[in-house]
Amino acid sequence: MSNEWPLWEVFIRTKGGLSHRHAGSVRAPDAELALRHARDTYTRRLEGVSLWVVPSAQIVASDPSQGGPLFEPAESKIYRHPTFYHVPDSVKHL
Amino acid sequence: MYTTELQKQPSRPVAESKAEKEPQELVDAFEARVAADEFIEPKDWMPAAYRRTLVRQISQHAHSEIVGMLPEGNWICRAPSLRRKAVLLAKVQDEGGHGLYLYAAAETLGTSREEMIEALHAGKAKYSTIFNYPTLTWADIGAIGWLVDGAAIMNQVPLQRTSYGPYARAMVRVCKEESFHQRQGFEIMMAMANGTPEQKEMAQDALNRWWWPSLMMFGPPDDESPNTAQSMRWRIKRDTNDELRQHFVDVTVPQAEALGLSVPDPKLKFNDKTGHYEFGEIDWSEFWNVVKGEGPVAKERMSARVKAWDEGAWVRDAAAAHAAKQHAAKQAAE
Ligand SMILES: [Fe+2]
Ligand SMILES: [Fe+2]
Repeated sequence: MSNEWPLWEVFIRTKGGLSHRHAGSVRAPDAELALRHARDTYTRRLEGVSLWVVPSAQIVASDPSQGGPLFEPAESKIYRHPTFYHVPDSVKHL
Repeated sequence: MYTTELQKQPSRPVAESKAEKEPQELVDAFEARVAADEFIEPKDWMPAAYRRTLVRQISQHAHSEIVGMLPEGNWICRAPSLRRKAVLLAKVQDEGGHGLYLYAAAETLGTSREEMIEALHAGKAKYSTIFNYPTLTWADIGAIGWLVDGAAIMNQVPLQRTSYGPYARAMVRVCKEESFHQRQGFEIMMAMANGTPEQKEMAQDALNRWWWPSLMMFGPPDDESPNTAQSMRWRIKRDTNDELRQHFVDVTVPQAEALGLSVPDPKLKFNDKTGHYEFGEIDWSEFWNVVKGEGPVAKERMSARVKAWDEGAWVRDAAAAHAAKQHAAKQAAE
């Protein structure tokens, strides 16, 4: 019997004001049961106030071997950080 | 236990990875990352032998959590009070959760949950030997929480820094949940040890029966663990079996003393020079027999597990049929 339930990724908002964060995965036949399983599996101790479940197959991920071309260009652009700029100490609120 | 190779032969990672002709620059980069304590994530390149070792270890760990529910689940209906029942139910539910986190972590390596579960039910997969011992009295539930979960914690805490990201993250979650397991067990032992003479005797008897199997949970001695060095180098394992076992004895003996119970080892004695306890010989032939499935209740455990799975089949089928029907109705409406 190979009608294995699809995999879902579970995201939890731990408290109001914070983003949802990845917690793990569950297998479930549909979205409704995925939510229930996520609740039973990942929030038995008040870990969250809100849950997202997303079919794992729907997630598009970057390729780790392309990490260099993707992320390294930002390395040389240090002028994107406030510490790049020199201003006299005597000048306030900058 | 969970990092224990339950096979006597060394696996052949070195020779095999050569046969698989893995590009040397990838292997070198991987080894360097692991040596620098970086985490390896599912889509990163990894040697096939690293992947295989992890699949075996994580699935074995997951199976241990799942089978581990059985000896205790046995006592939920017979817990002596509503409080104890609620606590035991919560603990057993946690163990089920641990199994699920771990199956999910193993699945990121390309194995399927179905495959793992089928292997378990077919008797092809291993799980911790400790769960093939029977739970005869309520004191056994105390001894399991105190000793078995205690040993599990000792094994799992270092795994929070294991090199494979999804496994490490699952361990962080598991470790957060484990400490109540051990404390509730110790509390049961305290209640029994301070109860009637009969209750104290039950507590002592449980300690007598669970002590040696708990020490075996850490796996064979280091000189008989041929794969330890490789696993340590890959940061899949962070301490050796003997190191963890010694640490367990060192922290647990004073706890037994606090309970007023005696550890069933006439050779046990504290060595002032080393600051460690010395303890007697472990009967490894018993361990290997249990690994081979000759534990006192091994068959009972597996048949209980398969029965639960089979009896739940209609629920899984109904849920899948419902999902298919909803999906079809939604498509028709579009
Ligand atoms: Fe557990
Ligand atoms: Fe536990």
